[in-house]
Amino acid sequence: MILRLRTQLRNGGVALPLAALLACLVLAPLVVLGWLALQAGTAHWSHLVTHVLPQAAINTALLLTGVGVLTALLGTGTAWLVTAYDFPGRRILTWALLLPLAVPTYIVAYAYLDLLHPIGPVQTALRTLLGYDNPRQLRLPDLRTLQGAVFVLGFVLYPYVYLTTRVMFMSQAASLLEAARTLGATRIETFWRVVLPMARPAIAVGLSLSLLETLNDIGASEFLGVQTLTVAVYTTWVTRSDLGGAAQIALAMLVIVIGLILLERHGRQRQRFSGTQRMRPVQATRLHGAKAALALVLGALPVIIGFAAPAAYLVTETFKRLHIVGGVSAQLLSALLNTLVLATAATALTLFCGLVVAWAARSPRPGAGSGNAGNFDLPRACVRIAGLGYAVPGTVLAIGLLTPLLIIDGAWGFVTGNNGLFLMGSTAALVIAYGIRFLAISSGGIEAGLTRIPPSLEQASRLLGETATGTLRRVHLPLLRPALAASALLVFVDAMKELPVTLLLRPMNFDTLATWLYADAARGSYEEGAVAALAIVAAGLLPVILLARVNLKMGR
Amino acid sequence: MNMSTLLALKKVLLAYAMPDGLHEVVRDFSLDLARGEIGCLLGASGCGKSTVLRAIAGFEPVRSGSISLDGLLISSPACVVAPELRRIGMMFQDYALFPHLTVLQNVAFGLRRQDKATQKARVAEMLKLVALADAGSSYPHELSGGQQQRVALARALAPAPDLLLLDEPFSNLDVDTREHLAFEVRDILRATGHTALLVTHNQAEAFAIADKIGIMSAGAIRQWDSPYNLRHHPQDDFVRDFIRRETLTMQRAAAYDRSSLGQP
Repeated sequence: MILRLRTQLRNGGVALPLAALLACLVLAPLVVLGWLALQAGTAHWSHLVTHVLPQAAINTALLLTGVGVLTALLGTGTAWLVTAYDFPGRRILTWALLLPLAVPTYIVAYAYLDLLHPIGPVQTALRTLLGYDNPRQLRLPDLRTLQGAVFVLGFVLYPYVYLTTRVMFMSQAASLLEAARTLGATRIETFWRVVLPMARPAIAVGLSLSLLETLNDIGASEFLGVQTLTVAVYTTWVTRSDLGGAAQIALAMLVIVIGLILLERHGRQRQRFSGTQRMRPVQATRLHGAKAALALVLGALPVIIGFAAPAAYLVTETFKRLHIVGGVSAQLLSALLNTLVLATAATALTLFCGLVVAWAARSPRPGAGSGNAGNFDLPRACVRIAGLGYAVPGTVLAIGLLTPLLIIDGAWGFVTGNNGLFLMGSTAALVIAYGIRFLAISSGGIEAGLTRIPPSLEQASRLLGETATGTLRRVHLPLLRPALAASALLVFVDAMKELPVTLLLRPMNFDTLATWLYADAARGSYEEGAVAALAIVAAGLLPVILLARVNLKMGR
Repeated sequence: MNMSTLLALKKVLLAYAMPDGLHEVVRDFSLDLARGEIGCLLGASGCGKSTVLRAIAGFEPVRSGSISLDGLLISSPACVVAPELRRIGMMFQDYALFPHLTVLQNVAFGLRRQDKATQKARVAEMLKLVALADAGSSYPHELSGGQQQRVALARALAPAPDLLLLDEPFSNLDVDTREHLAFEVRDILRATGHTALLVTHNQAEAFAIADKIGIMSAGAIRQWDSPYNLRHHPQDDFVRDFIRRETLTMQRAAAYDRSSLGQP
């Protein structure tokens, strides 16, 4: 093992020690959380257990269950609809069903609060339609409830399940379904007995992603008045300045996260890809008349609720605003500039770190021997750990980062004699936190790109006298350009719409588009929030297009 | 070991680390290759011949024994010279041409430390050698399989390596091109006086090209000798059978071809 480790070190060059360092950086906030929680003592804990945790935990559990059921139904249902049936509009629906991914949870909540307000457009239109003239005569149920939160979250998060399940359905062999039919199963029975069991791993992966996103959400729950664990972490720290208490709740959330990661791993493990090229994909059955219309309505409904309605609302509000005021405020422009600068810096950092991790773990690495499955593989362990950040909810990560950042700031102040906050007072803390949170996106994308480059190219370059690092620069970087660009886009947009980490770690009087919108909604003022939200949604459309092209082979 | 020995493998052990311990792939492997000679490792797939080649190139760790080139130790359990410092060229089974570079840039890849004019002259010389002087500005995917293979040969020879390794160099080609190219490669290597070690499972190829052939089976070398000696003085029954079986198959195939061609 020592020999193996030595070989691994020699061949990774500087990449492997750097990757190990990055893995430690990702682990640091989690370790700190545990330490903080222990330090805080039982006095806080008993207060939390009696007053805060039960309600927050029940709310979180109910929210996760509700969103889980809704996203599984919507995601699997729509994926099967566009796979098994052909109807007018189906081609558009296959990619349009991904559009809600462009709408962050806090924006959909923000939009629906106004859309479904008793004197908002929907209820007013309904009353006009039914001939009522007073809001008291007809009132839809209030959105500011747990059910309301399940509704809005479910309709923007179902695409995670849709995407993984649709990809699975696309790779399913038609012969299996035909075999079931010849064995006497009806179309419906085939779905329940063959299609669904085979898609279960894909559903599990998509479901765990959408639930991690639910756990990460702070805006929607807070706007809709649902006291979840995430909201509890935030208020415990921000309003009560109780770091130990916040750490204890955060630790409880990590337990849920671990459960969800295990669900995802389980799903991925059982995913098998058939390598045969001759496989015939499932042929869609053509629908006509009323059935076709029904299919179109069923498929379009999630797109309308999750994307079209809120997007249309944001566009209208933005135009109204621009028309009345004749422009946007200087503060909003500076928030936009902040967002762009921050997202660019985070993208650069994340891309570099992702490249380091993926390069260190590339396989087969020269000298590591091909096809070995040793007991301990340091590079792979680094990748695993570096990828954890995506699963840790933003608030949890931020609470874990506070202490290390303050310690570094203290040390910096001691060394330079300058007592300003070097990291916390600047946006450096935010860039670091984004880097940890989004590292999995870039390292995953680059790793996938690296696997498509045959190992013989690296060996040829080494034998032609080039070093490992030189090979990376002259061979792999040019070939990785598409993967790097895709990763950069995904990270950039995710950084642009990030809310929970930004709320906790931003410097005083510093706003991004997301925090601007949050402040607007928290005040209930609805002034320029729509403009900020529209900018975020517009940017969010780019990665959706990319996802559709790569995963659903659209537009090729 | 005489004065002209270039490559020497001494009691080399190659193994993969598995969870339940080391799995030996090649054991007690020794051979000497003289300067200017073309050697060939011949054996069925899975016998470990490619692993030997990868170990000489520096991509597989040597668990025991040693590999030396021109009298210098390059691989042992305690010492590993990095692949880029070995002055060994290699032609890969899939050619490993860089898809983002033109033929010219591919051939010039290993010449970076020379000045531009020298690079240009060397690349032109190499492309002329493989009869591809006009293809310099093409990209690899625009070439036929045989042309790609010649580019790979030009690229491997351009830095004037001490030793050239060829890993199943002709296996991706159709039968006609394969035969034609095998002789062409041999002539080029002879003309330039290169020392080369080739790996193949094709006996005809081995006997057409090599000065020395090593018959391999199950990770061991059975006999390392000249083609003449292998045919006429096989060391044991395995080698005798190995060569006879292949010859018989070829004769039968030839007879079958003749008979089927004879039918109207």
